[in-house]
Amino acid sequence: MKTTNIMIVGVGGQGTLLASKLLGHILVDMGYDVKVSELHGMSQRGGSVVTYVKFGDKVFSPVIEAGEADYIISFEKLEAARWAHCLAVGGKLITNTQQIDPMPVTSGAAEYPVNVLDELSSLGIDVDAFDALTPALEAGSSKAVNIVLMGRLARYLGISADKWYAAIEQTVAPRFVEMNRRAFALGYGD
Amino acid sequence: MKKLMLGNEAIARGLYEAGVSVVSSYPGTPSTEITEFSAKYDELRCEWAPNEKVATEVAFGASLAGHRAACAMKHVGLNVAADPLFTLSYTGVRGGLVIFVADDPAMHSSQNEQDSRNYAIASKVPMVEPSDSAEARDYVKIAFDLSEKYDTPVLYRICTRTAHSQSIVDTADRVEKAPVPYEKQPAKYIMMPGYAKLKHPVVEARTDALADYAETTPLNRVEGDSAELGIITSGICYQYVKEIFGEKDAKILKIGLHNPLPSKLILDFAASVKRLVVIEELDGIIERHCKTLGLKVEGHDLFPKVGEYSQQLIAQKMERPLPGYIAPSADLPARPPVMCSGCPHRGLFYTLAKNKVTVLGDIGCYTLGAQKPLNAIDSVLCMGASVSGLHGFNKADPSNASHTVAVIGDSTFMHSGMTGLCNIAYNGTNSTVIILDNSITGMTGHQQNPTTGYNIKGDPATKIDLEALCHALGIERVRVVDPYDLDACDKAIKEELAVDEPSVIISRRPCVLLKYVKTNPPLHVDADKCRACKRCMKLGCPSLSFRDGKAHVDSTLCTGCGVCAQLCAFDAICADK
Ligand SMILES: Cc1ncc(C[n+]2csc(CCOP(=O)(O)OP(=O)(O)O)c2C)c(N)n1
Repeated sequence: MKTTNIMIVGVGGQGTLLASKLLGHILVDMGYDVKVSELHGMSQRGGSVVTYVKFGDKVFSPVIEAGEADYIISFEKLEAARWAHCLAVGGKLITNTQQIDPMPVTSGAAEYPVNVLDELSSLGIDVDAFDALTPALEAGSSKAVNIVLMGRLARYLGISADKWYAAIEQTVAPRFVEMNRRAFALGYGD
Repeated sequence: MKKLMLGNEAIARGLYEAGVSVVSSYPGTPSTEITEFSAKYDELRCEWAPNEKVATEVAFGASLAGHRAACAMKHVGLNVAADPLFTLSYTGVRGGLVIFVADDPAMHSSQNEQDSRNYAIASKVPMVEPSDSAEARDYVKIAFDLSEKYDTPVLYRICTRTAHSQSIVDTADRVEKAPVPYEKQPAKYIMMPGYAKLKHPVVEARTDALADYAETTPLNRVEGDSAELGIITSGICYQYVKEIFGEKDAKILKIGLHNPLPSKLILDFAASVKRLVVIEELDGIIERHCKTLGLKVEGHDLFPKVGEYSQQLIAQKMERPLPGYIAPSADLPARPPVMCSGCPHRGLFYTLAKNKVTVLGDIGCYTLGAQKPLNAIDSVLCMGASVSGLHGFNKADPSNASHTVAVIGDSTFMHSGMTGLCNIAYNGTNSTVIILDNSITGMTGHQQNPTTGYNIKGDPATKIDLEALCHALGIERVRVVDPYDLDACDKAIKEELAVDEPSVIISRRPCVLLKYVKTNPPLHVDADKCRACKRCMKLGCPSLSFRDGKAHVDSTLCTGCGVCAQLCAFDAICADK
């Protein structure tokens, strides 16, 4: 079996690490060989962050490069564009439509690109863009954006929702389980 | 039990299972989680030491007491710990002693790209390196066995990608290790010339014995089958090579023991293939060894000496196919790391920039004060260098003292700033040192340190009184300011630069991300009052932006610190509507 490569990208502080933790947990339970690669340290301070999740019979390199990702899950629009070159031909880019201005934009040194997602689609990239923030708020917190997005990914990966609920129960603090279940369900849809 | 673990977590598991007693470390990306995960096991006595030299000497003491001991640090930490390391090589150990050192090719969060394998060679101690989490755990046990069998400290190298990737680990139970009873052994443990002279030949003989071991150890292994291409590699590069070549397209010699390197094994391997390539990140250490063996080998003539490698770099250099992809416009605004909203360092750096002060900086979150729009730092060298460097700067030209300061964090001050401060007092320059006391080691992810009042477990511990410490180091003028109070910062900096004696300003406010810190409700901009002067934009606060010709506060990020409100001449930034 060819490995499946998933990239989770976003802005430091958006909860990309929890998302990869959940996903990794489920994939190990399903008997796959799994590698998850994170970057800590400097990148956490509001910088651009990226996590790689790879699974299959046997995974070697923990990183994903240009043209290798079967899925990219982006927590933010600009980050979707920044990492889109990593998408494999035929891969799928799932992105939150939230906009978080980086410092060069806030300080006026650069402009946030307009229609950044349309440009990706027009290049022939398969983009599934949706607002994950509203359902996250509906579930109870803007912090649940990560789980809403995982819900959406789960649909594509064909991993049953029950497996996700079990993983949420095992990895999330008890008082946040309900909120995360709701967030997942909203992302997964019915 | 099978579990997904970070390389660093797997090392901690290995330490637990190997019956280790004591772990003393100083944090540093990408090594920090080794000790954080170790501290979760009650059987391991773990601590954050003030610096890597102390940590290594604590591990030495624990080994002297007959227990298995470890310490962990980032690559530059080993520079600090080099002094004990080189002589530990002579004394050897009683309980096994392993020093973990994490290299950071590509400098994801480091100030240089040094290759710590050079230390193993220079100090003549064995060094191992795993390539995934399962090996990370296994190699811990091997390293301790080696340490005890060959009476040597062992260096254990990891790099960012192995430290911070999770892969599957099979865990086992802890095997308790009975301490070796204490015995006075002057000739082994007192390294004065008479005894050290006897020890040096022992070290050389040990290296010879280890070189024999290197020929047969399972740490070095041959895989795959090809008579055409032979690749010698190690660590994370092994994974990249496997990804590109699989089982059949290359024969691979994976090196798990970096020092000493095997000779016969490499000669035999080379003889079995037509083309020999060494793929190693950073320095050409294996390549040089091959060349001393007289082999024709490709290495850094093909691969860069700079940065990290990857499967695609290897594919490209080895002329293998690369996947296609669609490249969207590359001209996107960058997203660099920034000081957080409400970071207490910001107000102080704003004041320094405003007063056009020359700032000798140090290493921590506050290094971000060097970035736009603050641009408030002139130099960053290594931990502690702000304070000692300031003294030199003022010694060379005493007139510098009126407009130059050092800035240093609380953890960095305890690490190696205080010796520099003592030098300022003793050798008398009129220097002004600012300690940025945010009550935590921030940059590496919130570790306790001697000034915070808590230990690694979060239990109360002796809290070093910074004011008293500075006084004791010979500085009479020590004052404290709140960095959220811009007027107070301004006054303190102006006054201390003006006085004719050394002084310390402690800029004190806990990191806004600490759980116990209560933030204020977000501020907002009264658009009628905002005159678009952009003065608030000089702070570089991620909550502040300029939209539709007016300042704007992002209410999801703002912590209500009020620094921008103090700056606004038109009272346009205010609390609640
Ligand atoms: C010799 C050495 N050890 C460790 C590190 C890693 N490191 C960088 S900054 C830092 C600590 C910063 O803490 P502090 O001085 O309290 O400043 P803060 O980040 O909290 O602002 C550490 C441990 C290093 N760069 N050099």
